[in-house]
Amino acid sequence: MREVTVEAIARKVKELFLAANTRIGADILEALEGALGREKSPLGRSVLSMILENNRLAAQEGMAVCQDTGLAVVFVKLGQEVLIRGGGYQDAINRGVEEAYREGYLRLSVVDDPLFERRNTLTNTPAVVYTDLVPGDRILIRVTARGFGSENMSALGMLKPADGPQGVIDFIVTAVKNAGPNPCPPTVVGVGIGGTADRAMVMAKEATLRRLGRPHPDERYARLEAEALKRINALGIGPAGLGGSTTALAVHIETMPTHIAGLPVAVNLCCHAARHAEGSL
Amino acid sequence: MIEAIRIQTPLRAGAAEALKAGQAVSISGILYTARDAAHKRLAQLIEAGRELPIDLRDQVLYYVGPAPARPGQVIGPAGPTTSTRLDPYTPALLERGLRGMIGKGQRSREVIDSMIRHRAVYFAAVGGAAVLIAKRIKRVEVICYPDLGTEAIHRFTVEEFPAIVVIDAWGNNLYESEPPKYAGL
Repeated sequence: MREVTVEAIARKVKELFLAANTRIGADILEALEGALGREKSPLGRSVLSMILENNRLAAQEGMAVCQDTGLAVVFVKLGQEVLIRGGGYQDAINRGVEEAYREGYLRLSVVDDPLFERRNTLTNTPAVVYTDLVPGDRILIRVTARGFGSENMSALGMLKPADGPQGVIDFIVTAVKNAGPNPCPPTVVGVGIGGTADRAMVMAKEATLRRLGRPHPDERYARLEAEALKRINALGIGPAGLGGSTTALAVHIETMPTHIAGLPVAVNLCCHAARHAEGSL
Repeated sequence: MIEAIRIQTPLRAGAAEALKAGQAVSISGILYTARDAAHKRLAQLIEAGRELPIDLRDQVLYYVGPAPARPGQVIGPAGPTTSTRLDPYTPALLERGLRGMIGKGQRSREVIDSMIRHRAVYFAAVGGAAVLIAKRIKRVEVICYPDLGTEAIHRFTVEEFPAIVVIDAWGNNLYESEPPKYAGL
């Protein structure tokens, strides 16, 4: 057994959300530079240049890249040999988020009751937390600050098995087409195939956290990723939806076993301000 | 870079009509901010036949919920929010003389028809260019609804605020006209 204090968890979560909000990953920056080099639309080039300049300035000044500092989403792989001491686990994660959003002058964007009062919680909590128990004695924490311009464009399709690969690609491309300018393209398109309706959506979100340039290990899914990306970019929606060559930076597919009667397909879009960070305890 | 033309707010009808979809602009003057919660309150006032807290005639609304300022800063990152959510409230505001809106994303048919009827313009600011945009905001005052925090109605004094005319007062819409030029490539 290895002990980890809730203090350590809170501190790590805070550190990760501060980093995620101010520094865009090198893989995304590289992909945006590549997109700029290939962009046929003058407006598209202008938008991409502004984004790159913005991200550079944000990192330099320690400012959040975007004012929508998002809903805090946390994926934890908790080693079964870890004993968490000193208080509540969920509370610790929420405390880390609250401190990050206070110290980082990040926007407080969470309301308590979703339908009636919609009163700001003023802490940017509660976070959405997914915890999986895994072998071992470490805690791996991956965080994303999920802005809702892109989150609002999520789509779930309970396809028929007979719809097959073409049906899946059609669904993905249609979801991106319907989203248009709203999710701040170029996006990273996360896709979850299989599981249940809810699991497909969680996989889709996790898929948006994958580092760019890593296709699915199964060649058939890797081909699906590539074909979906090609068809998405052929839509011409472009940076900020103002027309152009790059509408998505990548399509990432995650899969899991599913029911004999089902083919759930979930699409979760991440805007170009992909704010992820990971660390371990 | 694309050449931007300088415009001032308040924006008269004639100036709004002269703008063409696709034109890059550099806006100086006053912008009022409002998003979901503030629009809902304004809509309730309109429905109750009451006066609005601000005179919207010839004004430009910026759809934004800014991040808080650090000490010594005027404002934190302040890029646009998605305009579609405000579509239901917009025609009534255009009827009251609203001349321009800055946001991002598509607008509904009703909004566009109302823009044409009332000679108003819709500008897009680049989503995610929030730090760059914040640097053009020189002064910030909370005008009403301070209880809404980031969603309060602010008055921003801006200098050379970068935006693009995406839907002009004639209904020309870049979100419709541009993607087909790059589709299939």
